[in-house]
Amino acid sequence: MTDALLALLDGAFGSSYAILSATLVRATPLLLLGLAVTLAFRAGVLNIGAEGQLIVGAIAASAVALGLDALPRPVLVAAMAVAGAAAGASWAGIAAVLRRRFGVLEVISTIMLNFIALALVGWMVRGPLQEPTHVYPQSPTFASQAHWPFLIPGQRLHLGFALGIVLAIGAWAWLAFSASGLRVRLVGAGARAAASAGGIDVARTTFGMFLLSGALAGLAGASEVGGVTFALYEGLSPGYGYTAIAVALLARLDPRWVIASAILFGALEAGAAAMQRDAGVPSVVVQVFVALTVLVVLAATQLGAESRARAAIARAEEA
Amino acid sequence: MEAILVPFLQATIRTATPLAFAALGEQVAERAGVIFLGLEGAIIAGCLGALVASGLAGPVAGFAGGIGAGMLLTAVFAFFVVRLRTDQIIAGTAVTMLGLGLTGALYRGLFGTGGAALGTPTVAPIALPGLSQIPVIGPTLFHQPLPTYGLYLLVPALAWWIRRTHAGLALRATGEHAEAAAAAGIAPARVRLAALAFTGAMGGLCGATLVLAQVGTFSEGMSAGRGFIAIAIVVLGRWSVWGTAGASLLFGGAFALQYLFQAAGLALPYQLFTAFPYVLTLLLLALQRGRTAAPAELGRS
Repeated sequence: MTDALLALLDGAFGSSYAILSATLVRATPLLLLGLAVTLAFRAGVLNIGAEGQLIVGAIAASAVALGLDALPRPVLVAAMAVAGAAAGASWAGIAAVLRRRFGVLEVISTIMLNFIALALVGWMVRGPLQEPTHVYPQSPTFASQAHWPFLIPGQRLHLGFALGIVLAIGAWAWLAFSASGLRVRLVGAGARAAASAGGIDVARTTFGMFLLSGALAGLAGASEVGGVTFALYEGLSPGYGYTAIAVALLARLDPRWVIASAILFGALEAGAAAMQRDAGVPSVVVQVFVALTVLVVLAATQLGAESRARAAIARAEEA
Repeated sequence: MEAILVPFLQATIRTATPLAFAALGEQVAERAGVIFLGLEGAIIAGCLGALVASGLAGPVAGFAGGIGAGMLLTAVFAFFVVRLRTDQIIAGTAVTMLGLGLTGALYRGLFGTGGAALGTPTVAPIALPGLSQIPVIGPTLFHQPLPTYGLYLLVPALAWWIRRTHAGLALRATGEHAEAAAAAGIAPARVRLAALAFTGAMGGLCGATLVLAQVGTFSEGMSAGRGFIAIAIVVLGRWSVWGTAGASLLFGGAFALQYLFQAAGLALPYQLFTAFPYVLTLLLLALQRGRTAAPAELGRS
């Protein structure tokens, strides 16, 4: 037990390589996906489909990386990011249209879309995007122009992380200070009140947040293939899209705290890999830990809200 | 024609059986006003529970083990939702993650990684004397493993129970108007706990059926989204027992379609078949527009 824990800590924080090339690299998709889930949840959109949106983002970015590799590097990297975000937004858009036009619960539709995305990537790496020898179920390795720049020489930390930090701070400022951010918060706090008292077009706001959330998740997919794997695989994400729900909840849906929360879960993922390697403890244990974190946060939030409500009632009775 | 049709129909029933168990379980929870997104976790728990118990003490214990494991995981959800009154969707998602993670970790801990997958003998299909001789229908409906026959009994029994019994009325009242039910002397919390106990058992039975009547082994994530499909089936079945049974058959057919196409020798990428049931779910849910019959309290904590 102690061995396993030590291996986990060492793998996550034991050296500058562990921090910069393991923990923060794994925190990168969690940061972008955690933001995606946070923004959706803030508008009352229960997007459980970040996993699928990440996958289609990775597919689109890979197609751009493989098809347009004659472009200069900065242009190609930007094109990959845009393609990934657009694909993720479109994938979320399916669920958004299904909800708006047909009243289909996004909780179910986004999960269905996750499974469809998995089938799609399975086909892509055995069909249109397969490597030329047609032996392995994966795409060819990207040309060097499509590799996202590393932030620190000798370390694997890449552009995606910086992008995630900027977007997290941007998302926080937007929610806190802009009129449209206020609209989103009002819709999330109570759609009916926002519509009647605030005169807000709730359907339009939630639709927009659905697309934005999908775009962030798709960007995470682009950043994974561009910054980490340099090729398209089936098992690109070990369930990052689901972990992102825990990331967002632990951050109490505050974009600033998503940064810290994503790094924590990134450390867990990195530590788990080391734990499996060094102490033989299966890395799926982390999934158990993520689930327990969600449950504990959920219970704590609930109990906190109830005690605040009780205190408010007590104050009202005294007055 | 019959050479293609009968295997297709048989596969339809075979695939529909575990789905129907899960969906009927989910339906009972939703009738009590609880949406149980952790069903997927209960199913995978049932898979592993069935494998372990049947390895220790044979197939009967296997089914019991699967049901027990499904109930155990559902108890976590019930505690959070009924006792702590937390958000149902998030608690359900967490319980699914917990189930997928725990089963993966336990399986590797118990049987190690890599190497040959651990197998368990599957229960053989039973041909009902006489009935199984009817052309097409006989081999389709009456040459199936035991859980399918259990399902034939469960569907009418559950439909009758929900419509005709006092307990069934209490269940529906809790889902439609918990406050009114409470005023009438029904304890909504107790009804929901009982409903979730049944749901967990059915989720576990779904997993046990997968392992003991179909696959004969456990693999990580083998529930493959059946829990979520089962939830969609309940919506498509419009929260009625017979509707749920019918929608389960439809999905059994969607999954079995790949056998039909394989037999027809069409050269299509197989991922098309993998994706088809999920695409079908989305299409059917969209077509149901505006025809909701959901219990009024559904999802309220």
